[in-house]
Amino acid sequence: MQTVSTLLDQDWYERYKAISRLNIRSSIYDVTNQCNLRCKGCFFFSSDEHKAAPEEEDVTRWEAFVDREQARGVNLAILIGGEPTLYLDRVEAFYRRLPTYCATNGLIKIPRERFPGMMVGISLWGDEEDERLLRGKDAFAVSSRNYAGDPDTYYLYTITPRQLGRTERIIRKIADTGLKVHMQLLSNDEEVDGFSWTPSQLADIRVEMDAMLESYPKTVISCRYYHEIITTGRMLGRPFAWNECPSVTEPLDDRNPRPKRLIRFIRWAADLKTMHRCCTSATRDCTTCKDGAAHMSWVMVNKRAHMRSAKDLQNWIEVYEMFAKLYRFIPW
Amino acid sequence: MPESKETRERILQIASIIIEELKLEEITPESFDPDLDLVDELGVDSMDLATVALVLQDEYGVFIDEDDYPKLKTVRLIAEYLQSRLQGRKGKDA
Repeated sequence: MQTVSTLLDQDWYERYKAISRLNIRSSIYDVTNQCNLRCKGCFFFSSDEHKAAPEEEDVTRWEAFVDREQARGVNLAILIGGEPTLYLDRVEAFYRRLPTYCATNGLIKIPRERFPGMMVGISLWGDEEDERLLRGKDAFAVSSRNYAGDPDTYYLYTITPRQLGRTERIIRKIADTGLKVHMQLLSNDEEVDGFSWTPSQLADIRVEMDAMLESYPKTVISCRYYHEIITTGRMLGRPFAWNECPSVTEPLDDRNPRPKRLIRFIRWAADLKTMHRCCTSATRDCTTCKDGAAHMSWVMVNKRAHMRSAKDLQNWIEVYEMFAKLYRFIPW
Repeated sequence: MPESKETRERILQIASIIIEELKLEEITPESFDPDLDLVDELGVDSMDLATVALVLQDEYGVFIDEDDYPKLKTVRLIAEYLQSRLQGRKGKDA
């Protein structure tokens, strides 16, 4: 029988042991239904999720809610939106109680004296031209001023097909700001013309992502296996689909048989009562979903399936380490 | 101290449940090392543990709190844990 120590040498075994008992229990929270940008392709607005429930406006109810989430076993709060920084008192309700990651477009600077050490992920959709086309403005110009050199912030770079051959300039710009970057791919829920991936483009961007990782190892938080999974939509020969997705809200998960999944995961709407189906839009076609966190989690919950060989288990370790770094369970 | 016949049988039964529930290959209850670290060596994760715990609960009629999962590191420790829960129950019944 294969065991971890028969598959790995001592260095890899130590890396495995550093993450094997982290026991990450994440959930996702819509902090608000409002945003200060309207991006084409944003699943939240394109699928009308901002209309799913009214916002809870009483911050004491947010605080009580987070206490209940903590009691439920959540140990990582992932704040999305709308734009969470529009309501810093709600963000603070999480930050004071749980390890918290705040997604933002970076237009509003999170005051570090109020939120020291909180992980911040800034969304970025390409170069100036694409940001203007998709988001109405060059958000990077503002966010890079707001967060330059921040040790607890990274860019979440959503790559579109139009950026083939152009990613290095963006990675270099991010490196110049002293920040890190994690890459994912646009799912193009709104089917914006020219922004849907073809198989050959996916193959090409995989090569480019690998090259960025190779060239900017101190800036890019990623790994080759993640690039393979996200561009092929396949893991160990299995296609990503509804019956494989790990990021489905647990109380709404009626799949039978139930796949390996994130335990206790819920994506909450901003009324703190309504639950969304999954980590992204319920209207999205799972077979073309490119959600980076869902694909990472897909790998992470399938650990024993990766115990076929040393290489497979090393791939699993690298993806888990990447996730743990992005949410600061281990250092960069 | 040599393990009692009862303990040995419980260890074999737990090993059998783990092999069955986790669909492990190339191993039998008899060849299952009761001191093998389930997480560090077998790659068991919390969902696996929850699956096994549900079957153990049904089999032994004891509740296994999820907060106790970190204690269930090996088959032997699971056997000892169950033993203490069963004894605790007997104590309450007496």
